[in-house]
Amino acid sequence: MVRVLINAPKQVRVREPFEVKLLINHPMESGQRRDTFGQAIPREIIHTLVCSMDGEDVFQADLFPAISANPFLAFWAVAARSGALMVRFTDDQGTTQTDSIAISVA
Amino acid sequence: MIRQATLAVAVMLALGTGIVLAGDGKRSGYDDASTETRAMQDDDAANPGFLWVAQGEALWSAPAGASSRSCAGCHGDTAAAMRGVATRYPMFDSTLGRPITLEGRIQQCRTERQGAPALPVESDAMLGLTAYVGLQSRGMPMAVAEDGPVRPFLDAGRRLFETRMGQFNLSCAQCHDRLAGQRLAGSTIPQAHPNGYPLYRLEWQGMGSLYRRLRNCLTGVRAEPFPPDAPELVALSLYLAWRANGLTVETPAVRP
Amino acid sequence: MNGSPVPLAAPCLPPVPLPLARRRFVLMAVTGTLLPALPARANPHQVAGLIRAITGAAPIDTGKVTLDLPVLVENGNAVAMTVSVDAPAGSVRALHVFADGNPLPEVLRLRFGPASGAPRISTRIRLADSQTVTALAELADGTFWRDSVELLVTLAACLE
Repeated sequence: MVRVLINAPKQVRVREPFEVKLLINHPMESGQRRDTFGQAIPREIIHTLVCSMDGEDVFQADLFPAISANPFLAFWAVAARSGALMVRFTDDQGTTQTDSIAISVA
Repeated sequence: MIRQATLAVAVMLALGTGIVLAGDGKRSGYDDASTETRAMQDDDAANPGFLWVAQGEALWSAPAGASSRSCAGCHGDTAAAMRGVATRYPMFDSTLGRPITLEGRIQQCRTERQGAPALPVESDAMLGLTAYVGLQSRGMPMAVAEDGPVRPFLDAGRRLFETRMGQFNLSCAQCHDRLAGQRLAGSTIPQAHPNGYPLYRLEWQGMGSLYRRLRNCLTGVRAEPFPPDAPELVALSLYLAWRANGLTVETPAVRP
Repeated sequence: MNGSPVPLAAPCLPPVPLPLARRRFVLMAVTGTLLPALPARANPHQVAGLIRAITGAAPIDTGKVTLDLPVLVENGNAVAMTVSVDAPAGSVRALHVFADGNPLPEVLRLRFGPASGAPRISTRIRLADSQTVTALAELADGTFWRDSVELLVTLAACLE
């Protein structure tokens, strides 16, 4: 489990776009670096990330090693009704992690 | 005559722009960073340092060690108890008879008062707790004491700052006092104030303490870095913090 | 001996720099070891090929999509990037970002869904060297739009 911070307004208006900022604590090891002995450090990144609002996709993203360590994503979502804003991501190990926050629609 | 005066004013403006005066010409590393790096620091939702702050926040309330006490168990609400604390560190510890850094104090609490194992140096947990405590002083001016029992250690720190070291035979003062504001390989040489530590350094792609930065500096001049428990590092940290007095705490800062 | 100066040796010509490949070979021969291979680099042709694989024969226009990147990068480890499309939410199918000077050319691929509030994304990317970054927007009406930024990186990120 890596630390995830999801910043979004707690209350939004129905179908009015709101901004979400996401921070994930992950080194996103590119596979391009070498250690002090000259050995290549193997790639270890989050390669897929999906965000959904109350079950509807906001976006699906394929991330590549060019995405910086501790990935930051800022994007816009809309909500038709109150529900969970969910972020689900999968890394090179095949591990999937899901985090969510509650969004309330006024 | 008017042309000369205009030229003089133009030169003065050119020299004067970008110099933020904190009373006496002190510039935070923030002022020397790019617009994008500053924007990263200014937005708590975009500042990766907050990933560590969040960890520190969780640790603050977690019971630890033989005592099963959390930091909150003794100190209570963080903001109330820790406000202003980071502005005064390093400070003199009368029991130890020497100055102690904020990391040292946290470590002391964990081992002696919580009865918990020491947090490894430069671990995410230690960085998180230090960043979380430091955050409570964000926006407040550094105010490290210079009188009393701390004086000889402050002087030792100043002497270290002014001593040439390493194969490059450079002192901290040569770059960070005399050449601050000029450029070294495309980067502006900062005045080297530790008012944002622990901070997220883009070069590290992660969070780090002042000690980590100082070890980088020493390696940079091809000097043998001091071990983490060296009194030299405490003295240097003390001098650097005192030298930054007046600048506001920016923890968790972002630097290139 | 009178006082007129006589050169002790013929003046040396400045050394002619060897081509890079030749220098590496000489160094390898001298040291008797194999230097670790330099990481392969992407190139503009590779990026063009990847873009063609997405667009097929369809024309690519400039406009609508804006790629926001600083022209002078302080540190290539984390470069703030925003890609936005001047089109209503729901009309943009996907965004693609490529870096023609990184070891690997692909940066990000994004498909927008029904709960997307706006066709834009901000993130931080790694740039190994000075290069051109390209954003390609795929609209729901089948049209393609691109924007590129040529930038200078003052510190390498991916390449050690």
